[in-house]
Amino acid sequence: MDLRYSDAEQAFRNDLRAWLEETLPGLPARPSPDDWPGRRAYDTHWQRLLFDAGYAGVDWPVEGGGRGSSAVEELIFKEELERAHAPYVGVNFVGLLHAGPTVIAEGTAEQRARFLPPILRGDEVWCQGFSEPNAGSDLASMRTKAVRDGDDYVVSGQKIWTSHAEVADYCELLVRTGPEDSRHRGISWLILPMDTPGVDIRPLHTIAGSTEFAELFLDEVRVPVANRVGEENDGWRVTMVTLSFERGTAFVGDLLEAFELLNTTVALARRTGAWSDPGVRRQVGHLKAELDALWALTRRNVSQAARTGIPGVGGTYFKLAYSETRHKLGEFSLALLERAGLAAHDLEGIDGEGLLPAGVMVEDWLRGISLTIAAGTSQIQRNIVGERILGLPKEPQAAAPGAKG
Amino acid sequence: MDFEVSEFQTELADGIRRLCEGAFPLDVVRRGESTERVVDRDGWRRLGDAGVFHLCLAEESGGVGLGLAEAVLVLEELGKALVPGPLVASHLAAGLIDGADDGSVVVGLVERPVAGAVGARTFPVVVEHLADIDVLLVLSDAGIERLDPATLDATLLPRPMDPLTPVWSLPSLPAGEPVAGPEVAAWWRRDGAVLTAALQVGMAQWACDLAVEYAKGRVQFGRPIGGFQAVKHLCADMTVRAEVARCAVQAAAVTVDQPDVGDAEVAAAGAKLLADEAAITNGRSCIQVHGGMGFTWEVPAHLAYKRARVLATQFGTVDALAEALATSLAAD
Repeated sequence: MDLRYSDAEQAFRNDLRAWLEETLPGLPARPSPDDWPGRRAYDTHWQRLLFDAGYAGVDWPVEGGGRGSSAVEELIFKEELERAHAPYVGVNFVGLLHAGPTVIAEGTAEQRARFLPPILRGDEVWCQGFSEPNAGSDLASMRTKAVRDGDDYVVSGQKIWTSHAEVADYCELLVRTGPEDSRHRGISWLILPMDTPGVDIRPLHTIAGSTEFAELFLDEVRVPVANRVGEENDGWRVTMVTLSFERGTAFVGDLLEAFELLNTTVALARRTGAWSDPGVRRQVGHLKAELDALWALTRRNVSQAARTGIPGVGGTYFKLAYSETRHKLGEFSLALLERAGLAAHDLEGIDGEGLLPAGVMVEDWLRGISLTIAAGTSQIQRNIVGERILGLPKEPQAAAPGAKG
Repeated sequence: MDFEVSEFQTELADGIRRLCEGAFPLDVVRRGESTERVVDRDGWRRLGDAGVFHLCLAEESGGVGLGLAEAVLVLEELGKALVPGPLVASHLAAGLIDGADDGSVVVGLVERPVAGAVGARTFPVVVEHLADIDVLLVLSDAGIERLDPATLDATLLPRPMDPLTPVWSLPSLPAGEPVAGPEVAAWWRRDGAVLTAALQVGMAQWACDLAVEYAKGRVQFGRPIGGFQAVKHLCADMTVRAEVARCAVQAAAVTVDQPDVGDAEVAAAGAKLLADEAAITNGRSCIQVHGGMGFTWEVPAHLAYKRARVLATQFGTVDALAEALATSLAAD
């Protein structure tokens, strides 16, 4: 167990830090949260800057166009970007953290050559078409159907929670290629060009007021068979590869942001006088202990990934624990704000000390509510831990349609 | 940066596990329940021979010269085996008290109550393992004093909360012979917190393993109860809790060994806080998973829960640790 960074890792950090100091002041102003074309332009411009500087796909293999560095350097990369308040991956999330790694692991040589470089350059944006209105936690029951017709699949159905759909060029799409009741055994993973006729996008409004999600309606959409990643009906296994990345180190930036939010709450508590309450201080102490432990768990997971190349079960542990801590942090922030938290807006304090950070705190509390739901609810994660790690008996499976009960 | 447990470290922990299986099987350990003496001197010397107490002592002082990172792996195994006795005190005392290092002398430790602290006017001093120890050390900010336990006018308390931690009370502690100053006291507090946390992680894991085993075998409504989400999720949470605390404890130990990677005092406080909570919560969940059987004396589920409560009173309570952590964030 060694938490010291090697000379090479330290050099990588120093170079990156210098590049960020030089580059960030030149960035344009950030677009408003609902200006999706503006956000696409901003996020992809940032990705292009990373690409030109050699920082795109830090832990992607060189064959995939990446830097070929270890998971440890990817961790340093995320750490330094967060520390410098650099832009987040934004609309590049699905391409860089889901679709790209999946194409690297499962795509053909042609698919890798066609789809990976534009992701890294920020030329093309991806979205995700996995969940359906009737297939959430039970993803294997999805029904969006793909029927083979010559060199195409003809796809009809409906997807939900498709983030950044409005500005995406491609969608990683799960479709049913097997019989209706084939569940895990009849799913394929397709690359859907979003400008194909028959694709209809309807934005969803979240409880946080944000608009990054959409519903996707697919009506006889033709997708070339050449756009299938992995074998026909083998899409479930391909999907598990994708999800292991999502549950792996994808939350590093988020965790570092939580440390900063905790510091914001401490500053607010000291400013308002709440700090004199031992109960308040103890809550801060607990949150600090939890965030530090999650940072230790992250370093454990990254060390495992650096050795094996794949995020292990630690990603599931992290997600379960982190989402709970984040809820606590959100509730704590809101309690500290009292009635100044009744609007997600930085309002002027009457103490002459400037703005109160209600905007970020209320936004963050709301956004945190999704963390025990998105990328597999905590309940599903606990089933996974209980069954696959602890070896407890499985949930009874629903009888297949038509089976005698 | 590589925060994986190394092959050597894994082998070290495996060795201690095998030693515990041989020297401290639970049915043998339990023979000491509710008695005055729970330390098996032969077993204690075998721990000493295996390096448990002098692991971190420099080689020129007759130790093994390893770090706290190795020590927490060893202590976690001792926690899993519910080995009774003042393990952490004897580990800390190696190099200070002759014979502590090889297990021939058993050393106990108690905090000197601080005048003016909550409870200081009300509570007598409660000391663990008085009949088993050869030396009692008294820890305070000023340093460490040595007392001869045989000279103390202490009363054995009936019905100890943890049947494997006998306790005595005395109205106050006499002054002892000073054996170390404030710097040593400060690092004893920090390392003691990390080592105690490692025992807690071991017990949190033990409680989880016991609950999972029971949930697989116990059948109700025609199915093993571990198949029901209500039970399965309790078990899953126990695993996550133990793993998160384990990472915190190991990171704290590495931070003590490699001081340039972070603030060791803060890491130690956070690790102890989470390990205390993991051991206590897992102990209670383990009883809950066992249902009515969990409330019987015979089923050992209560042992980890009770010991966790004992250890949670040593080297900082959860509240005190949380306060220390909060203060670290408000330092300017």
